[in-house]
Amino acid sequence: MERKDARPAREVVVPGDLLDDSGMKAGSGTYVSDGKIYASKLGVKNVFSGTVSIIPLRGRYIPAPGDMVLGMIVDIGSSNWLVDINSPYPAPLHVNEVPWKVEFGDTSRFLKIGDMVMVKILMVDESMKIQVTMNDSGLRKLEGGQIVEITHSKVSRIIGKSGSMIQMIKNMTDCRIFVGQNGRIWVDGDAENATVAAEAIKKIEKEAQTNNLTERVREFIESKIKPEEE
Amino acid sequence: MSGQSDLELVNKKGIRLDGRKAGELRNIKIEAGVLENADGSAYVEIGKNKVRAAVYGPRECHPRHLQNPTKAIIQCKYNMMAFSVGDRKRPGPDRRSVEISKIIAEALEAVVLTELYPRASIDVYIEILQANAGTRCAGLTAASVALADAGIPMRDIIPSIAVGKADGKVLLDLNKEEDNYGQADVPFALIPKTNEIVLLQMDGNMTREEFDTAVEMGVTACHEIYALQKDALRRRYASALKEDVSDE
Repeated sequence: MERKDARPAREVVVPGDLLDDSGMKAGSGTYVSDGKIYASKLGVKNVFSGTVSIIPLRGRYIPAPGDMVLGMIVDIGSSNWLVDINSPYPAPLHVNEVPWKVEFGDTSRFLKIGDMVMVKILMVDESMKIQVTMNDSGLRKLEGGQIVEITHSKVSRIIGKSGSMIQMIKNMTDCRIFVGQNGRIWVDGDAENATVAAEAIKKIEKEAQTNNLTERVREFIESKIKPEEE
Repeated sequence: MSGQSDLELVNKKGIRLDGRKAGELRNIKIEAGVLENADGSAYVEIGKNKVRAAVYGPRECHPRHLQNPTKAIIQCKYNMMAFSVGDRKRPGPDRRSVEISKIIAEALEAVVLTELYPRASIDVYIEILQANAGTRCAGLTAASVALADAGIPMRDIIPSIAVGKADGKVLLDLNKEEDNYGQADVPFALIPKTNEIVLLQMDGNMTREEFDTAVEMGVTACHEIYALQKDALRRRYASALKEDVSDE
């Protein structure tokens, strides 16, 4: 817990805890009652430029427009697929939103049940009806590789500051990695290296709240990988 | 309630059968995050009551016709294990457990921010492993800790306790004998921050004055339990954070 860098000490808060009554802005995971800000979720208190918010420790992924996520095809319709994106809501993927020309009723030729796809959340309306698309650069069906699942709130830790953590893992293990905002991570590469990368990701999830994580993950990967490279 | 006995529930010194005073709670133990596969869970012991609660969700609501397009619904199942009471309880839902499930779900709805998850369902399962009067209160106490542990947004955590009357005296946190041979049992739950009452039932008779003292007792006790609930949640994550560091 003891962070020596500029940030203030992190505090675990539970629902109902008073966060601020001095007029800060209420961020995510909080609610306002009588002009005071309270925590609505179990998490870590985060104060940043006048806004108090909660970084959740647990909880389901709730889709937001623009998120890149990994989904699994769970059902096929004649003009759409149903994608499970690890959230409480199913996400239909319409044939207009895929990069192929699909005839009506011919959907199962392109994506089958159990296939993993990279999709982008197009929109989410107030009743949580979701639309996803594959029409964007880099989005595709995933072939091979393995999926690692983590808590979605730890995703930003996996990526690191401007991608430093994920870049390091990619470079060191020589794997192709794609991190979905919903906590699903696709790892593809040489079997042994991919296992190391997956282990490293699990380690980051477990130790997300600690200091100098990048350094320790580097050591971890080095210790695992060196034997076969020499 | 109706049972008669020559048992002296409260002696002349005002001491109860288990050695407590009128306004004293039984020993309470609360633990958060006891189940691996649930989204959130909690274990609560209040005296001889042993209760486990598990929370799943928010997840897709089945059957579909129960979905509410404006908010999430809370589905609660209160279940007593066959071995939880002296005489084997016939397993399965009965009139009593359906009622308790309903009142617990309604109490929880008062604090959970259900409007954030339209069309979804939050499922709460409460298992009574050992019963000794006051299980619905223990169940609700456990359920609200489990909800918080599942990362579900809520206004506050609900503590709950029973108050009642036995041997003509107002007592806090009735045990089995006091419940069976006493005059009244009042399960009780509130939102600590606002002191709003979210659950209140009364089985038996009390005068208005007795009821008022009972509620007052309940409020103080609920605030005590509230502190234990919060502590249980903090402990779970404080230790998780510490472990990380000692892993080195």
